[in-house]
Order: sequence, then C-alpha cells, then structure tokens
Amino acid sequence: MTTGAPPFSGSSPQTTRPQTVAEKILSQRGSAAVYAGDLAVVEVDQVMVVDSIAQSFIERMERDLGAVPKYPERVSIVVDHVAPASTVSVAQAQKEAREYAAKTGVRLFDVGRGICHQVLMEEKLAQPGWIVLGSDSHSTTYGAVAAFGSGMGATDIALAAASGKTWLRVPESVKVTLTGDLRPGVTAKDVALEMIRVLGADGATYQSVEIHAGDRFTRGERMTLANLCVEAGAKAGLVVPGGEILTDYGYDVPAWVYPDEGAAYAREVEIDLSALHPRMSAPSEVDNVHDVAELRGLKVDQVFIGTCTNGRIEDLHAAAEVLRGRRVDPTTRLLVIPASSQVMEEALQDGTLLTLQRAGAVLGTPGCGPCMGRHQGVLAPGEVCVSTSNRNFIGRMGDKDAHIYLASPAVAAATAVMGRVALPEDVAQVAASA
Amino acid sequence: MPRIWKFGDSVNTDDILPGKFAPFMAGEDVFQTFAFHYVRPEFAAQVQPGDVLIGGRNWGLGSSREYAPQALKKLHIGGIVAPSFARIHYRNLLNLGIPAFEYDLTELLEDGDEVTLDAQTGLLTYADGTVQLPPPPEFLREALKEGSILEFFKKHGRFPGEEPGAEASTETASAAE
Repeated sequence: MTTGAPPFSGSSPQTTRPQTVAEKILSQRGSAAVYAGDLAVVEVDQVMVVDSIAQSFIERMERDLGAVPKYPERVSIVVDHVAPASTVSVAQAQKEAREYAAKTGVRLFDVGRGICHQVLMEEKLAQPGWIVLGSDSHSTTYGAVAAFGSGMGATDIALAAASGKTWLRVPESVKVTLTGDLRPGVTAKDVALEMIRVLGADGATYQSVEIHAGDRFTRGERMTLANLCVEAGAKAGLVVPGGEILTDYGYDVPAWVYPDEGAAYAREVEIDLSALHPRMSAPSEVDNVHDVAELRGLKVDQVFIGTCTNGRIEDLHAAAEVLRGRRVDPTTRLLVIPASSQVMEEALQDGTLLTLQRAGAVLGTPGCGPCMGRHQGVLAPGEVCVSTSNRNFIGRMGDKDAHIYLASPAVAAATAVMGRVALPEDVAQVAASA
Repeated sequence: MPRIWKFGDSVNTDDILPGKFAPFMAGEDVFQTFAFHYVRPEFAAQVQPGDVLIGGRNWGLGSSREYAPQALKKLHIGGIVAPSFARIHYRNLLNLGIPAFEYDLTELLEDGDEVTLDAQTGLLTYADGTVQLPPPPEFLREALKEGSILEFFKKHGRFPGEEPGAEASTETASAAE
C-alpha cells in the first residue's frame, strides 16, 4: 500500500538561494520553492488522530465539512491516550473511533499497540522528507527521521484529512549543533532538556529546530531530541539524517533532505555534549532545567518511566541496568510503561521486563499512561514524581499541588532505588544481589 | 459590561483546561465548567459573555488540544489579547473563530476593568480611552471574513492564500503561522 504522497513529477522546485531542511521539505511538498515567511499550501503524507480528539475529528469531518478522508491510507487513528478505557464516556469515544475506521478505511491502531508517535515510526508511516501532521503536540517526534512532523488541533487535522493538504507559514530555523561526546550516564534526554533550557520555552515559537548531530544517536534517541523541540514552541524539530538512520532501517533518504551550505538561520546554538551532566527539569515549566546534583536527596513518592519521550527499548535497558539486582525503595513506587507492543515484546524477550519486575516495578499497558493525568498513576496533593515524560505543568499528572520533575530513564531508575532524587552512580551505595 | 481577566506569562493548555477534563472524559456538555480549574477556580462560574482575557507572552503553550480554546468559546469570551501566542493554540483559535490579538495590555489594564472589544476592527475601549489592537495578517483576514478557516474551506474548497483550483500554491504571508 502506498502510504506517502504520490511521487513528484519532474525535478525539484527551482531554488534561488540556499535552503534549510524545513524549507526543502515544504518546497518539495508544495508547488514552488519556498523560504521562511512564505505561506505554503502543501501535500500531507500522513495524518495522525489520537483517541482523545477522535470524536471532535469525526464531528468536524462529518457534520462540519461533510467530507470523507481524501486518501484513507494516509490517515491513522491511534488509541493511546486513555487505553484501555477508564470510563464509559472514554469507551464510547473509542468505540466511535473504531466504527469510523471500519467505515472509512483509515488505519486503526487499537488499545495496547502503543503511543501514537512510537507506532507511526515503527510502522514506517513517517519517513525522511515527508510531512506528518498529528493531533498531538509531540508530533515533532517524526523529525527524528527528518520528517516534517507538526502538531495541530482537531479542526486542522480534519481539514488535512479532507483535503490531503494543509497550510503553513514556512518557519525560520534555529540551528542546533551538537559537538563532542557524552560522558557515561548522560543521555539524549539530558541533551534535550539542555536544549530547551538554552532555547527557552518560547525560544523557537513558530520556528523549526534543525539539529545537527552527525552520526551520533540511535533512532530512538533522535526521537527524544525531536520530541522535546515542541517544549521550545517549535513547529518542527528536524534531526539531519546520519548514523543508523542511514544504515539500519531501510529508509529511502532523499539526497535533497539535507540543508544547503549557506542556508539562513534565525539563530545558531552549539551544545558541547562532553560538558553535560544529567539534567532535571523542576516544576512547573520545562525550561526550568538544573543539574540533577543540585536536586539530589529530594524525597520522591512516584517514579514514572515511559511516554513518547522515553518509553523505548534503549530507555528500558538504561533503567534495567540501574535496577538489576536492586529493589525500589519501599517508600517509593515505580511505574514502567513501554511505548509500544513492539518495545514490550523486545523487553520481554531479552529479560528486561523480568529485571524491572523483580526490582519492584509496576508494569502497565503500552500507551501514554499518567503523563497527562488521566489514569494509571495520577498524583495526590503534595506528592513528588520524577518522570521521563515531557511536561511538568501545574496539575499535569493529577493534583495541582503535586510536583513533577523531568529526567532521563537512568536518573529515574536511580531515584526509584534511593527513594530520593539520585544520580545513576549513587546506587552503588546499595549492594546489588546476583 | 464585559470585564478583563488578567493572566501572566506562559498560560499553558493545562492551565486553560486540564487534560482530565477533556470532553471525552468530563462530558461534552460540562467540560467548559473546568476552564482554568486549578489556576483560577472562580473563572468558569463568573465569566460573562464578551469578557476579554489578557496575558503575557507565549499564551497557549503546550498541548494541541483544541478543546481548551473550545471551552472558552462555549463560555462566550470576547477575545484573547497577549503579546505572543504558541503556534498550535493560535491556529486552534483561528479555526474556532475566537478573536486573538498580539498585543500586551497587561501594563495598561487590571483584572476586573470594564472594556468593550470590537472583534472586527480590533478597537478596545476602556474607562480612560481606546487601544487599536493590531489586525491579523491579510491572508487570515480573508479567512476570518467567513468566520473561521473551517468556514472558509467549506465555502471555497481551498485554503486562504491558495489559488482557486490550484493543487498547491504559495504566497507571502506577513505574520504569525
């Protein structure tokens, strides 16, 4: 089945000056070369709808537009935000989503398949050079493979499904160059948090973040980097293809998807990876980033490892490495929710889940879990949570007086062992059993 | 007479409507009663039609949830004025036809001040005078004449700025999104 836009006839649009990755993609998917500031109407390769807005989407399509999806094969519905259903009204919404998929022929990924962004990446429904729109702000994640991934609301998503197109202002780009090598115990999540600190929570609003990482980072780690770009307000977070994106997944990486020498950037930032220590975002804004060492010792009630930011196999491996032979502190609870059924299967097969289970982790169904405070581990007033997720806003994971700290899976796992905010090396104090 | 509700910088979508009160959880008929539930619990009960929300920079950061601004629409607010908006949220406001103006009124006006806002002209009148708010960019004004981008698309079968009958087209936009 053809999933992307049809092949483009003729040569690439005639460009008059060097282009960023965002300008390249929007030029290819439109009808002319475009540059930052232009308004472009472009073809959309894949439209993603999550369960929490499925009813609004269907209402816009059927009641407001009187339309059916123009290309059903380019639309996917994912049941992940409250999966399995927690209430009758949620169950009803999901039932309507299933009926809609059956009726229109759009793809449906049902309860337990996993978090929308993880699933679309695994299914190759986001590919280099594509435009992927999702009804979830973390749709920037698709930038891990240099797909222009962007989040939009129900109406925009319905318009894209109905027309096969969307309108956008071509964004300016912020160039983020990563240099040097990470120290042991420092991860892509720490890089992502540092990037948000440097850019600021509105530092890339309306812009595209273009990340130059060379051959560093796995696809999963690139997803973590691209995922967090929206926390700087970005429209897209594009990681220039390199490393395993070129070698491991069989992607067709178009030669044009790289930025031109001399492309114009609104801002250029360099992050020296070798200088980074594990980072933590403190309540209640994502750009409130500190070294974990500054917060070490803070009593923690719940640790959550999962989400579209950090629920992948490499994240579970990092957690298991810290937890192997150790136990979660009796005054703390650890929730682990794999990002997808594929991640879960891999972690089952290689023994990672057994390690986590023996350490006292509570395992959940692949999906979004308690990230947005709807089910599976919401917080009581005064509780402190260290989470591998992406937002620490007031009330995000439950009560308004709960406190959320964002960190890497390795820091989260160490925190679970110690019962307090901790660095991975701190668990050496706790003897591991064989 | 409509009044001002004044907020600070970085009002996020969880402030506007916490995720657990999404319509598919709280109910389509009542979700708007949870608007600003944690940060201004009195808001939903006391807001009057036409009231104007003002805030600082980066209004609406966070989630793509359209039901956050939809809750405000159901409460019949007159508009939102902030020096900058987060991009997904700004699109959602346009799609719902909620007047949004990029301007900082937080120095000039206080919570509870009486105002009137003409959404068409962007003229805001308060006790001591008037402020002409900047109009949205031209291509959006074209769409907003039909009420919203959705209404524009329904009527014309294309997006604002797209050539009639064109498969895809471009045009220079002057401002946001």
